[in-house]
Amino acid sequence: MALKYSQKVIDHFTKPQNVGEIADADAVATEGSPACGDMIKYSLKINPETKVVEDIKFLSFGCASNIATASMMTLLAKGKTIDEIKKMKHRELTESLDGLPAVKMHCSVLAVDALKSALKKWEIEHGFAVEEKEVLDRKNVWKALTDCLNPRTGVSVVHAKLINKLEVEPGEGSVFVEVMLCELDDMFAEALEEEIHEKIEALPGVEKVLVQFKPCIHCVE
Amino acid sequence: MIYFDNNDTTPLHPDVLEAMLPYFKDRFANPSSLHSLGLDADTAVDEARGSIAEAINADPKELIFTSGATESNNLAILGSAQTRPSRRHLIISAIEHTSVLNVAKRLEKEGYRVTRLPVDGQGYINPDALSNAIDDDTFIVSIVHGNHEIGVIQDLKVLSEIAHEKGAWFHTDAAQSLGKIPFNVTELGIDLASFNAHKLHGPKGIGGLYYGNKTRPKRLMEGAPQEHDMRPGTENVPGIIGFAEAVKIAVRDQAENTVYLKTLISRLAEGLSEIPHTLLNGPPPEERLPGNLNVTMLYIEGEAILMHLSMREICVSSGSACSSKSLTPSSVLTSIGLIHEEAHGAIRFSLSRFNTIDEVETVITKTKEVVELLRSMTAFVPELHSERMGAKSFYRKR
Repeated sequence: MALKYSQKVIDHFTKPQNVGEIADADAVATEGSPACGDMIKYSLKINPETKVVEDIKFLSFGCASNIATASMMTLLAKGKTIDEIKKMKHRELTESLDGLPAVKMHCSVLAVDALKSALKKWEIEHGFAVEEKEVLDRKNVWKALTDCLNPRTGVSVVHAKLINKLEVEPGEGSVFVEVMLCELDDMFAEALEEEIHEKIEALPGVEKVLVQFKPCIHCVE
Repeated sequence: MIYFDNNDTTPLHPDVLEAMLPYFKDRFANPSSLHSLGLDADTAVDEARGSIAEAINADPKELIFTSGATESNNLAILGSAQTRPSRRHLIISAIEHTSVLNVAKRLEKEGYRVTRLPVDGQGYINPDALSNAIDDDTFIVSIVHGNHEIGVIQDLKVLSEIAHEKGAWFHTDAAQSLGKIPFNVTELGIDLASFNAHKLHGPKGIGGLYYGNKTRPKRLMEGAPQEHDMRPGTENVPGIIGFAEAVKIAVRDQAENTVYLKTLISRLAEGLSEIPHTLLNGPPPEERLPGNLNVTMLYIEGEAILMHLSMREICVSSGSACSSKSLTPSSVLTSIGLIHEEAHGAIRFSLSRFNTIDEVETVITKTKEVVELLRSMTAFVPELHSERMGAKSFYRKR
């Protein structure tokens, strides 16, 4: 099965917009991990009066859709205020590229999240926000899991109701996640496990993450 | 269009197509039919079987046709498990084709013990590892002959001897090696071997399984007693004829093709090694399957390289996670010790007799261009991301 990208994805991949780094950037963020082969670095100029993103550039280590989503993200962000960007969902980015294959949907999550984290850093530095001390609790783990997509459907494991059990022990820094996986998704178990690890381990104080798969209830009978 | 993806599939040899055509037209009959047309088809299938059997030094009674190497691998391993139910241990290597890996997973779920032999930095299996893993419970040892990604060729003679000492059957997936390097079932001590036609300029959807008369797997499908009662269903006659013709041509031209491809690959390796921070994956070119080369271009990602080359009318494949269906990097590449960052930038170039030195030069130039383009926009900072990712020499240690 060859991957079918939309013409817009191809266009942004072959002629990416706003590539590079801004030398005297006001905000910089690198998100993703080279081990996952998926990484974006944004640098931005932000007007402190208006909170408008006046310039933005990106660098990428990733596949065609990683490059295309980052490129499109820079176009969407330029000229917008921080508050406008903070409301953006990865679906909007995907739609502006005329869609992505389900297996590549996680690229748009990364493109949006990386930008939001650059903005957050800037807001904290400029006194527009206080640094919330992220804690290891159920709520934050749940939030992290919302960013983990099932590669077959492109839908988050939370929204698809695949999380069967979640145990968080903040004192010990341990997290246990039980994910229901349909037989069809067996081939993605390894990738999904890695993604869940990566997203949860980014939270502070995490010592041990255990991910277990359980055959989905519809497949058992 | 430059096609450098011949370990994936190959274009049909024009003579193969010619040989097949009559069997789509006037000679269309079912070999099981008793009339003269049926007899004609049956005779043609017999001749094809005889000719392929001769090429691998087997008896025609020991060769059946299947839909391809995936089916043959399934039949060889699952069928042998059924023939030898008292033995509950299976040995494969870490660099098998997905069809073997997944058959092993299935048997594991059914309670079998599975040993996956590790390989060294170039992809070779240490025979001692097999000696240590094998016991009286092992029903089969299944080791790929020529690997599809890194072209490493295993010493099957040594490995099959070890298997036989413990009474285990020895199976090999020879999908990539048949017709490209000498393959003689007697000399190599093979009990079962899987083949297909489309890797050697034959048609898709046809392959074969060799089995010895004392190492017969149980059939997996029920039906009429075609193919020595091991594989029911009306024979794919045009496919069988095409398969036999492809093997005949490949064996006839093997020495010449090997020399020719060696010239192309050594120039390609030389050209690509000029790209900084580029590593060869697998053994040195002269030890590999003819026509296979696999390199990692550090700090960039394989699917992006592949797509850019594709837009420049060059077809290759990649071992990166992003280009795989399961989003995991190639297990062959991680088995030879590549870390994920290295596997992501892996590109396989696989050439055939129909490629030319001019194409090689174009591919070198275009690859350099694409690597430079992608590196100019990479977010990867080697010093930050992994201590392993520095300047290294092109050749990898074993």
